[in-house]
Formats: sequence, structure tokens, C-alpha cells
Amino acid sequence: MPYLVHAADDRQRMLDAVGVRSVDDLLVDVPESIRSRGLDLPDGLSEQETMARVRELAGRNRVFEDRLCFRGGGVYRRFIPAAVSAVISKPEFYTAYTPYQPEASQGTLQAIFEFQTLIAELTGMDVANASLYDGATALAEAAMMAAVQTGREKLVVTGYLHPEYLEVLRCYGEGRGLEVQIGLDQLDADTAAVLFQQPNFLGLLEDASAVTELAHRHGALSVACVDPISLGLVTAPGEYGADIAVGEGQQLGLPPSFGGPHVGFIACRRALMRRLPGRLVGATADAGGRRGFVLTLTAREQHIRRAKATSNICTNHSLCALAASVYLTYMGPEGLRHIAEVSYERAHALAERLVAIPGMELAFPDRHFLNEFPVRMFHVEQSLADLRDVGILGGLPVGQWYPELDDVVVFCCTEVNDPKAIATAVEVLSRTAPGTPTPGIPTLAAHAAPLPGGGRSSVRGASAEVRG
Amino acid sequence: MAERYYTETHEWVTVDDSVATIGITDYAQAQLGDVVFLELPRVGKLLEAGDSFGVIETVKAASDLYSPVAGTVTEVNEILNANPELVNRDPFGEGWLIKVNLNGDLGQGLLDDAGYRSLTEGQVH
Repeated sequence: MPYLVHAADDRQRMLDAVGVRSVDDLLVDVPESIRSRGLDLPDGLSEQETMARVRELAGRNRVFEDRLCFRGGGVYRRFIPAAVSAVISKPEFYTAYTPYQPEASQGTLQAIFEFQTLIAELTGMDVANASLYDGATALAEAAMMAAVQTGREKLVVTGYLHPEYLEVLRCYGEGRGLEVQIGLDQLDADTAAVLFQQPNFLGLLEDASAVTELAHRHGALSVACVDPISLGLVTAPGEYGADIAVGEGQQLGLPPSFGGPHVGFIACRRALMRRLPGRLVGATADAGGRRGFVLTLTAREQHIRRAKATSNICTNHSLCALAASVYLTYMGPEGLRHIAEVSYERAHALAERLVAIPGMELAFPDRHFLNEFPVRMFHVEQSLADLRDVGILGGLPVGQWYPELDDVVVFCCTEVNDPKAIATAVEVLSRTAPGTPTPGIPTLAAHAAPLPGGGRSSVRGASAEVRG
Repeated sequence: MAERYYTETHEWVTVDDSVATIGITDYAQAQLGDVVFLELPRVGKLLEAGDSFGVIETVKAASDLYSPVAGTVTEVNEILNANPELVNRDPFGEGWLIKVNLNGDLGQGLLDDAGYRSLTEGQVH
């Protein structure tokens, strides 16, 4: 049992000192709906009895096997090499609260520097920071950078952006008097940035070059929110002229973990470097000429710039960023490309078989996708329930966010969804309502990318391997 | 040599035929320390007296720069991009920051040599 240092009268004295009646009174600013009302456990249980009761409750959870999970929507199941936990479990990394002083923390600082380098290379950008909380806050931070840089107060979102990212963006914008509008037709001379997700929330590829060009024509910045694994296959933001690239790094060696902690990344062009939020580590040399690492460009941060700083972020998700660094280093450019290709092939194989089922069709048959795709289907709830009954977590129904897509489910495949798992899912879904089969899956064409960090090869070669 | 005027925020300005040259004072550069970066406006930017026209970053701090005059920016000292230390070495000469085409007369509230000297002497610790 943990030792509780404060007796009831200690707590009362502290409450009296700050002038509130109870601990709950300290939480009045937290919305009622998300406050915990305590644990629903009987009083007076021993530790052993409590553990038994909790185990029993936990046993009622339905845990889907990774290979039988076809749901993405921002968080993905991927194979995580053992090297990741071997490195991040080292006490030197694991126990320290991100120490930044160079005299004592060369290892931590170097690890952060490596992460920045990997992200900059992956996104094709000049500079990346030490990491942010997650993809959603990284996108919002990029929007703030754009607003400070341009002196403009309007943000334009195009395409299907993750609805929760949009919420976070609106929340940040509200605090700084920025207006968020949807659709490229809103783009004008007051627009600080155009923000888009590539691939978008439904898995569809956007015409990133065209969006970027249009943004620039209006003097706005182009902010790309990218899937890091996808950069093994599609063009990096730096190559189509985006000014800021952000994204969620969970797929790089981190488990879903109920939605966090994950890691956000943000990278930009050199011209925007001083607008970057958060920590930035630079390489330097010590008095003896030896290579070393220090926090750099700190004058842009809020402890110096106060209200004029781009952001109030002054930390990073160092351990998660380390996991991402180990993952990317372990995979290398070839490995990352391979992972992206396998995921692409599996998703296209699933898509092809799903649309052969009567009553199911691609929601956007003319659009390209990588490893996540929207399908229109009859009996959305029944189909997902049928899958659940055999231990399969089906795709994500998106009607809750987009009423016009209330019969659309977004399916996802990664390298963990083996052909047998795909076959089982298809078999279950084949027992649904009749309709007309719609053959034909678009293959990857206009989005060919060079290998990250090295040699080039044609993505057409990759898509040609997809069956059909 | 045109007469130099000063702001309480430690910028200086000289005017030559309605073009104002603006920089920061020797006192300011000494207080701020080694300049590592300057963020200066684009040519064509319209300034009101008192507007922030850029940021000066030193090893110690990043501070806003305020325009002593109203007008349009006609020139920016590009040499500072590669050589920001000129602001430390020659703040009243080669370390000038921007030139502004004056919109009207010099504003009120600028200090002359004697006024600025007494301001900074008052601030010496």
C-alpha cells in the first residue's frame, strides 16, 4: 500500500489556507462531464480483495488482437521491434525528467538531436524541434507559427482533417483570436495558413502540391499534417513546398495506449526556424573541440520572449521521441518503405475484396489511398457487430462527424493485418445485404516519392505488385 | 552630419532629406550583449511612430525594435544577415538597421543627445 503522507487534518489545514472547502472545489474549472466521481468499489475491501475485484472487471474488457484490428483514424497498430523498449527502458533515459543542462545530459540531448535530424530528413524540411505532445497540438502550434509569421488571423482547413485535430486547432485559435474556416474558397489575403492532412482523415491522398501552390499565391503558409510512415511512399512536404510539416509519431514505435502518451513532431523551413515552438537542440563543440549538444535558439522561447513567444510550450515528449528515433533508425529508409508498401498492398487487397461484396463500394472511387480507405456499406452497425462477434474490430464509422458519410466506414490495414485476418474479415462481411459489386481500385500514381534519405525508385513498381 | 535623436526604448534616428536612418544605440548594444540575429521588416512596410518593426536577438535576450518615426521602409541593412555583430561593433554607423521614407515630420517625444545621456545615466546600475 502506498504511504499517504497527509492525514485528514493536514488536508483540512491546507484547504483552509487556500480558502476552499474541499479538494473538489479546486476542480470547479474542469467540466463536470469529464470529472471522475471516484471508483465504484465497495468500502472496506482488503488489498487482496480489491485486486481480485479489479482483475474480474478487467477481464470483461474485450481486447482485440492487433492482427484482427482494422481501425485506424489517427492511432495505429504496428509491429514494434524489441529494440525500441530495450533502449527506452534504460534507466538513464527512463527515469530522468528530461534534463536539459549540457554538463549533465549529453546523452539525452544527443537523443533529441537525433530525433530532430530524423524528422527533418523524413519530412524534407530544414529543421525540426525536440517534439510536441501529439499530432493535434503539433498542428495547432504550426498554425500559431503561421499567424505570428504572417501577422494574419485566419486559418483555412481543407480536405478531411482529423475532427479532433480540428477541435484542438479551434481551441488554440480561440485563445489567440484566430478564426478557423473550412474550404479553400475561404482563402484570401487575411489567411495565415492553409492546413491539410496527407493522407486525410479518410485515408485519401490530397493534391498537396496544388494546395501548397494556392496557399502561396495568397501569401499564406502551407501546413502539411503528415503520416510519417506514408513518407516511405509519398512525396515529402519539403519537396512540394510546404512551409511547416507536422504529424503524429505514434506509429513510430509506440503502442496505441488508449490514445497516449504519443509524440507530435513539427518541422519547418529555415526561414521559420525562430518561430518554432518548444525545445530545440543544436550540435556544437566544447572548449576542447569535442562534439557536444546544447539547447539552442532559446531566446525565442517564452521564458525570454514572454507574451511575444510563438508558444508557451517549454518541454517535449522526450521518451516517446526516443522510441520514434530508435524505430526509424532500426527500420532505415528501406525498412520504412517496406512497411509502407506492405500496408499499402494489404489495404488494397482488402479494399478489392470488400467492393466485390454486394452492397459495398468505395466512398470515393476516384481518389487514391495508401493503407486506409472509406467504404460505403449497408447495415454499418450490424456489420461491425458481426465482426466484433468473431473478435474483429472493424473500420471506423465516420457518420458521427460527417452526416453526409453516415453509411461510410474507414478501414485500415497495416503490416500486422495478415492475409488470414483479412480473409476472415471479408468472409464475415460477405454475409451482409445484397447490392451491386463495384470493381476497380485506383492505384498510386501522382504521388511518387523518392526513398527518404537516399536512393530513388518508382512507386509504380510498388503498386504494380498489388494484386489486381 | 545630420543631428541624431533618440527614443526612450534606445533606438536612434537621423534624417537626411526626409529619409530617416534608424539603429540602436551604443548603450543598448552594450546592455543587450552579442547580437546573433535580427528580424527586420520588408521594404515597403508602413510604420507608425512607436510600431514594433523587428526583433533583435542577442545571446541574452530577444527584444522588440520600435520605430521612432512614421513612414515607409525603403531599405534594410542586408549586411546584418550575415554579420549581425556589426550592431555591436558600430551601432551608429555600419550597424544601422533600416531606412524609412518619412511620412511628415519627426514625431514628438524624441530625445536629443543631452536628453538621452541623462536617460541612460539614470539607468546605470
